Amino acid sequence: MRTIRFLLQKEFRQIFRNRSILAMVMVMPIVQLLILPLAADYEIKNINLAVVDEDHSPYSQKLISKITSSGYFRLTGFENNYNEAFRLIEQEKADIVLQIPPHFESTLVRENRSALFVAVNAINGTKASLGGSYLSAIIRNFNGEIRVQLMQPGRFSRVEQVETPTRFWFNPFLNYHMYMVPGILAILVTMIGGFLSALNIVKEKEVGTIEQINVTPIHKHHFILGKLIPFWVLGNIVFIIGLGVSWLVYGIVPQGNIALLFAFVAVYLLAVLGQGLLVSTLCETQQQAMFIMFFFMMVFILMGGLFTSVDSMPDWARVVVRFNPVSYLIDVMRMVILKGSNFGDVRQKMTIIAGFAIVLNTLAILNYRKRS
Amino acid sequence: MKQFLAFVRKEFAHVIRDRKTLLILFGMPVVQILIFGFALTNEVKNTSILIVDHAKDVASQQLITKIEASQYFEVQRSILSPQEINKAFQEGVVKVAVVFPVGFNESLKHENSASVQLLADASDPNTATTLTNYLGAIIEDFQSANNELNETPYNISTETRMLYNPQLQGAHNFVPGVMALVLMLVCVMMTAVSIVREKETGTMEILLVSPFKPLLVIVSKAIPYLLLSLINVISILLLSVFVLDLPVKGSIILLFAESILFIITCLTMGIFISVKTSSQQVAMLISLMGMLLPTILFSGFMFPIENMPVALQIFSNVVPAKWFYIIVKSIMIKGMGFGGIWKESLILCLITLFLLVVSLKSFKIRLS
Repeated sequence: MRTIRFLLQKEFRQIFRNRSILAMVMVMPIVQLLILPLAADYEIKNINLAVVDEDHSPYSQKLISKITSSGYFRLTGFENNYNEAFRLIEQEKADIVLQIPPHFESTLVRENRSALFVAVNAINGTKASLGGSYLSAIIRNFNGEIRVQLMQPGRFSRVEQVETPTRFWFNPFLNYHMYMVPGILAILVTMIGGFLSALNIVKEKEVGTIEQINVTPIHKHHFILGKLIPFWVLGNIVFIIGLGVSWLVYGIVPQGNIALLFAFVAVYLLAVLGQGLLVSTLCETQQQAMFIMFFFMMVFILMGGLFTSVDSMPDWARVVVRFNPVSYLIDVMRMVILKGSNFGDVRQKMTIIAGFAIVLNTLAILNYRKRS
Repeated sequence: MKQFLAFVRKEFAHVIRDRKTLLILFGMPVVQILIFGFALTNEVKNTSILIVDHAKDVASQQLITKIEASQYFEVQRSILSPQEINKAFQEGVVKVAVVFPVGFNESLKHENSASVQLLADASDPNTATTLTNYLGAIIEDFQSANNELNETPYNISTETRMLYNPQLQGAHNFVPGVMALVLMLVCVMMTAVSIVREKETGTMEILLVSPFKPLLVIVSKAIPYLLLSLINVISILLLSVFVLDLPVKGSIILLFAESILFIITCLTMGIFISVKTSSQQVAMLISLMGMLLPTILFSGFMFPIENMPVALQIFSNVVPAKWFYIIVKSIMIKGMGFGGIWKESLILCLITLFLLVVSLKSFKIRLS
C-alpha cells in the first residue's frame, strides 16, 4: 500500500508539473463540447431548393409556400425551365430541384392524378436522402390537404383514410444537440484517458527513467496501478467538467440516476486506461504508441454509433462493434441521460465493460517486463 | 547534394525501422476505406419496431404484415400495455412503436377514417424522423391498396431522381475526405513528432553543430513522409477504383499534382508545429486537437458546413483540408479541369507560403 502511495505521489507530481498537458486536459473538453455539437449538426436544414414552376396556378403557389414555410428549405432559385435549374445544381447553388409541370392543377382536378418531378444532387448521400424524404413528406401532406378540401370529409367520404398522429418521446422538439452531446462526452472521456495512458509508460521508456523503476523492488501490478489511478482520476474530472458544460450550455440534465452514470464511467475508464497501458507496454516510442492508439480510436469512434446507427450496419460490422468499448459508453450515456434508463437496463453492458477492464489490465500487467 | 542525400537516407532508416508505425501508416487508409465504404450507412434499416395491437382485426393484421415485409423494420414483439413501450425504449432496443386503437377495422370501414399512433424514440432525432416517414409511406401504401377498387382521388405522385449518385453511395463523399485525413495525419503529425523527438532526446543538438545547413536538416526530415504519403494516395485511389467502383473522371496527373501541393502544405504545417513546441506530447496533442479535429469537422466530408453557425463557416476557410477536399471532389467525381479549381489551389499555395514564412522566422539554430 505504501509503495502505491509513493508511486501515486510521483505520478501526480509529474502531471502537475506539465502545465501544458494539464491545461489541455481541462480546456479541451470545454472547447470541444462548445464547438463540436455546433459543427456536428446532422439536423438537415437550409436545403437549397430551386423551383421550376411551369404551372403558375394557385395550387403550385400553395405547394411552394408550404415547402418554404417548413423551415427545412431555402428557396434559392426560381427558374423558367429545368435546364436553368440544373445549372444551379452544377454550381452547388441548389441541392434539390422541384419541377411543377404545366397544367399540374387542372390535371389533378380533372384526371384525379398529377405528377411532380424532383431532382436531387446526391453526391452527399445523407443530405440527399433526408432532403428528398422531407420534400416527399411535405408533398404527401399537401396532397392530403388538397384531398380533404376537394372531398367530403369523414364518414361521408367514399375513401378510407388512416391518420397517423405521431409522438416523439424523450426529445419532443427533435433537438439534435440532445443526441450529440452525450455521445461527444463519451468520446472526450475516451480520448483523454486513452491517449494519456498510452503515452505514459512509453515516455519513461524513451527518456530512460523506466530503468530506475525496474531496478526497484516494486511489483508489476503496483506499477500498473500507480499509472492507472492518476489517469482514472483525471478522466473522472474531465467527465464531471463535461457534464457541467452540457448542463450549463445545453441544459441537458440526466434523466436517469447520476450515480449510475458515474459508476459506469468509472468502470469504463478502467477498461480504456487498461487498453492504453497495454499499448504503452507494447511500444518503444511515443510516436508508435500514439499512432497505434490513434488507429484504434478512429475505428472505435467511427464504429461506435456516434454519427450513424449501429443497427443499419452489415452483420460483420455489428460483430466488430461488440468488441468496441466506445459503443457501449455512447449507448449508456444516451440511455441514462436522455431516457432515464435504470441499472437493470444497462446491467448487461456494465458486465461486458467490466470484462474488458479485467482482461485488458491483466494483459497490461503481464506484458510489462522489468528486463528488456 | 551528397550530404543532403545522406541525411535523407538517415531519415528513411528512421522511418523504416519502426515497423509497427509503418504497418499502421499503410493499414490506416485501407481500414478507413473499408469502414466508410461498407460499415457506415446513413440508411436506416433493420430497426426493431414494437407493435401494440389493441384492435386485433383484419385491417391491423394486414398493416402489420405490410410493416413486417419491409426491409426497414423487424417486428420485435407485440405487447398490449403502453407502459411497456416506455420500458422497451429505455432498454434501448426498440426505436419506434405503432399503436392500433380498439376497433381499428371497424372505424375504417364504417366511418371511413381511423387512426394509428406512431411513437418514436426521438433521442436520435434523425432516425426518428426517417422512421416515422417510412411508416407514413407504408401506411399511405396500405390505404391506396385498400382503395384500389375505388381508387384514391386527387393523387399527386412524385418522381424523384438522384443526380450524380443514383444509389446514394457514400463513397462519392468520403473517398476525398479519407484522402485529406490520411495525408494530414501522415504529414503533419509524423513530421512534427519526428522533429520534436530529436529535440527531446538531444540528438538535434548534434545535427545542428554539424557543418550542414540547419534548414536542410528539417527539409530532409520531410522528404520520407512526402514519399510515404504519395504511396498512400496511390493505394487509396486503387482501392476506390477497384473495391468501391468509384472511377476518377478527371485527369489523374492533375489529381497527383494537387495531392503533392496539399502534402507540401501539410509538411510545412508539421514543421511549423515542431518549431513551436519542445515536447513530443505537446506536439502530438496540438496536431491531434488543432489539426486533425478541424480536418474532420471542417472539411465538409462528415458534417455539412452550411449547417454550421456563421462564425464556424468563416473559420472553415483557413482549414487547408477543406480546399483539398473540394479539389479532389471536383476532379474525381465531377471531372473538372484545372480551370474549375484554380482558386482553391491558389488558396492552398498561399496557406503554405504563410506557414513557411512564419516557421522560417521563428526557426532557432541555437537550443534554448
